[in-house]
Amino acid sequence: MEPTTKTETLDIEGMTCASCASFVEKSLTRTPGVQRAVVNFATEKATVDYVPTQATPATLKEAVVNAGYGVTERAPDTSAADRQAEIDQQKALAYQKLKRRFWVATALAVVIMPLSMLMLWPALMARINMQWLNYGLLVLTLPVLFYSGREFFTSAWNGFKHRAANMDTLIAVGTGAAFLYSLAATVAPDWFMRRGLMPEVYYDTTATIIALILLGKVLELRAKTQTSAAIKALMGLQAKTARVVRPGGQEVDVPIEQVQLGDLVVVRPGEKVATDGLIEEGHSAVDEAMLTGESLPVEKKTGDPVFGATLNKTGSFRFRVTKVGADTMLAQIVKLVEDAQGSRAPIQRLADKVSAIFVPTVVVIAILTFVLWFDLAPVEARLPLALVNFVAVLIIACPCALGLATPTAIMVSTGKGAEHGVLIRNAEALEKAYKVNTVLLDKTGTITRGEPAVTDFVPADGQDAGQLLQVVAAVERQSEHPLAEAVVRYADAQQATVISATGFQAIEGKGAQASVNGQAVLIGNARLLADADITLSPAVRRQAEELLTQAKTVLYVAINKQAVGLIGVADTVRESSAVAIKRLQAMGIEVVMMTGDNPQTAAQVAGQVGIKRFFAEVLPSGKAGKVKELQAEGRTVAMVGDGINDAPALAQADIGLAMGGGTDVAMEAAGITLMRSDLNGVVTAIDLSRQTIRTIKQNLFFAFIYNTLGIPIAAGLLYPFFGLLLSPMLAAAAMALSSVSVLTNSLRLRGFSPVKN
Amino acid sequence: MDIAEIIVTLTGVALSGFVIWYFFFSARQTASAVSSSSGVQEVDITVKGGYSPDVIEVERGKPVQLSFYRDEENSCSEELLMPDFSIRRDLPAFKTTLVELLPQQPGTFPFTCGMGMLRGSLVVK
Repeated sequence: MEPTTKTETLDIEGMTCASCASFVEKSLTRTPGVQRAVVNFATEKATVDYVPTQATPATLKEAVVNAGYGVTERAPDTSAADRQAEIDQQKALAYQKLKRRFWVATALAVVIMPLSMLMLWPALMARINMQWLNYGLLVLTLPVLFYSGREFFTSAWNGFKHRAANMDTLIAVGTGAAFLYSLAATVAPDWFMRRGLMPEVYYDTTATIIALILLGKVLELRAKTQTSAAIKALMGLQAKTARVVRPGGQEVDVPIEQVQLGDLVVVRPGEKVATDGLIEEGHSAVDEAMLTGESLPVEKKTGDPVFGATLNKTGSFRFRVTKVGADTMLAQIVKLVEDAQGSRAPIQRLADKVSAIFVPTVVVIAILTFVLWFDLAPVEARLPLALVNFVAVLIIACPCALGLATPTAIMVSTGKGAEHGVLIRNAEALEKAYKVNTVLLDKTGTITRGEPAVTDFVPADGQDAGQLLQVVAAVERQSEHPLAEAVVRYADAQQATVISATGFQAIEGKGAQASVNGQAVLIGNARLLADADITLSPAVRRQAEELLTQAKTVLYVAINKQAVGLIGVADTVRESSAVAIKRLQAMGIEVVMMTGDNPQTAAQVAGQVGIKRFFAEVLPSGKAGKVKELQAEGRTVAMVGDGINDAPALAQADIGLAMGGGTDVAMEAAGITLMRSDLNGVVTAIDLSRQTIRTIKQNLFFAFIYNTLGIPIAAGLLYPFFGLLLSPMLAAAAMALSSVSVLTNSLRLRGFSPVKN
Repeated sequence: MDIAEIIVTLTGVALSGFVIWYFFFSARQTASAVSSSSGVQEVDITVKGGYSPDVIEVERGKPVQLSFYRDEENSCSEELLMPDFSIRRDLPAFKTTLVELLPQQPGTFPFTCGMGMLRGSLVVK
């Protein structure tokens, strides 16, 4: 279930005593929407639980300020990056150490191996004192055990004290047993001889196992750092400095941490935008690919929002800072991806249960293997056979592969998603998206742009289209009506000459009037013209009716009491919609549309984008009901929407996808957020989820099969039938490779790329 | 069956029994959170081959601050996972890492290392 409350931590300034803390607490608790607030005097932090629809971090801050205290703007983003840098450094150091330990073990194992095989040359053996050779091998093995392999033993012991057992426990017990047996055979060979046993040593086994396991660890560590590469790349995107305009007009470069809300920041061509804000001056094209995955630069002008970490291309502009630190779009994306990487996929549940009991169970199996071999094998060979199989069982078992199977795939794919503008809330969302067989699209804002655009410009007979457009645009430039804006956009796109209008007057609910070049111009609906006693010619009337049947809004234009033209305005279908819907259908997904429009309009749009099933005249309150209706048919439904009134439907659906430019509330209710307003994001999300879950399934299958086959074979199950025994050294190689294989399989997801046009 | 076989068999069975009891059934170290004056429930946890304490009791509805001190370099414990709270954190060696959360529902929520070998649980009452 999605939590309905959000938690915010505020750094409180100016508290001098414990009673200040309780005062701030009271003030926060009384704020509408706050469910509970706790202020910690010692750490100067307030932890607030609030309902996001009723309160925001800003209103919380206001409550603290009203109580007479301050809120320090936190910039955990930079500190997070610093912390990450420190961790990375530590990891790099650990990696170096591990590599050194691996090389020492390998170098010694390479010497120990041939020396242990001297018995293959009887002529040579005759000249060598067996006991001295064993002592020599012992000396060579000691550094492998106590330098290269020490960590296995300390870790196993530390774990043992906590009643916990891990992979190191298995390796420590296995190599420890082989080593102790060899030590006894070296120091007291007579004891073995007296009992009719060859005093065999297993130094080569001990050294080789440690070298191979360390090799596995080196490869694993190297691969693991790549699983989180995407999020590190995201963190690294942040600009380091910003060019702030001081009140005197002077421009100063300041570190990003010192940039404050309300600062004016200058961005020149080729520079990174420092943080989030609104453009006050200038215009440019900005590359937002890093945040939205949109490869084409986005045009920005005064009043448009810009986001930190995006790249300014052509022009230069100044923007007013509206968000810093943890509130910026980049920080939010990083946070979301981090949260997703910490979540657990339901598919992992079985693997989790198995890992919890895995190691002690394997130890018990190994002990029983030893007992059975000792009891059943011929007397003269029973001890070595029991030992070898005991060690093989311990070494081949690989809990790591099980533990790595799911999280590594989730980490790679959530990072990959962010790269393409698909933000996945958690692993469960990914799993749900995988199962989707029906996608329900809310028409407005998803299939269509959600804003009106001019589709038809129809001058009456004898009118010059270019001139008429100039006149119309002159009037509409003065209006703030969305339809007027659509007309102006159209005129600009046609590069109509800008001329001016005087005496502009908006007539509410009908249109507007103004005077252009001395002519009285009226633009508006049919009522506006009727009120002015202007009659339409039959030709114009027919054209208007035709536009109306296409579900378009019609604007009538009159000059000097003469109807001179029509403008058809409609919410237009995005170019990408039809292709994306086709792709979804090709993936075996049924695409269903719902809209508040009448059935004719709905049918028309549906036909245009290739949708066969749709719900028309759906009221905003009925959207969630339509989702339920589809679910009742046994479908797994993904709901795609962008508006506030989509939130209940997004929450009702098996998986909700909120479209970019969408509202915070919609994103709150959605499992997946698409940064770009483009239905291809839905294709990418579902495709990514399918590939990820497939990878996880392969990983889990491999990990389970590997262990369920490997352990019995190592125990000697094949021996009675084929006389086959698994050498502990081969077991070590298999174990080292198994976790690396799982990781490598997960890393294949890094090659994921959305289907291109 | 000779004497040696009998000894090995009995020892093996006894050892197996011990392993099962020790890892699955023996008593665990439990700790209750200490509430600071401001109401934050604070718990210090040492990470060294496991978590001590490994069962942590807290009250619901109050913020919890867990301080994980990782007292080893062993890579097993380098990651901390609390899936129910969507937390995946790197624990730097020989450093304290703070994890803050607000438990809303009562229940037992496991926390583990990156591979699920080391385990502990947060019991919310």
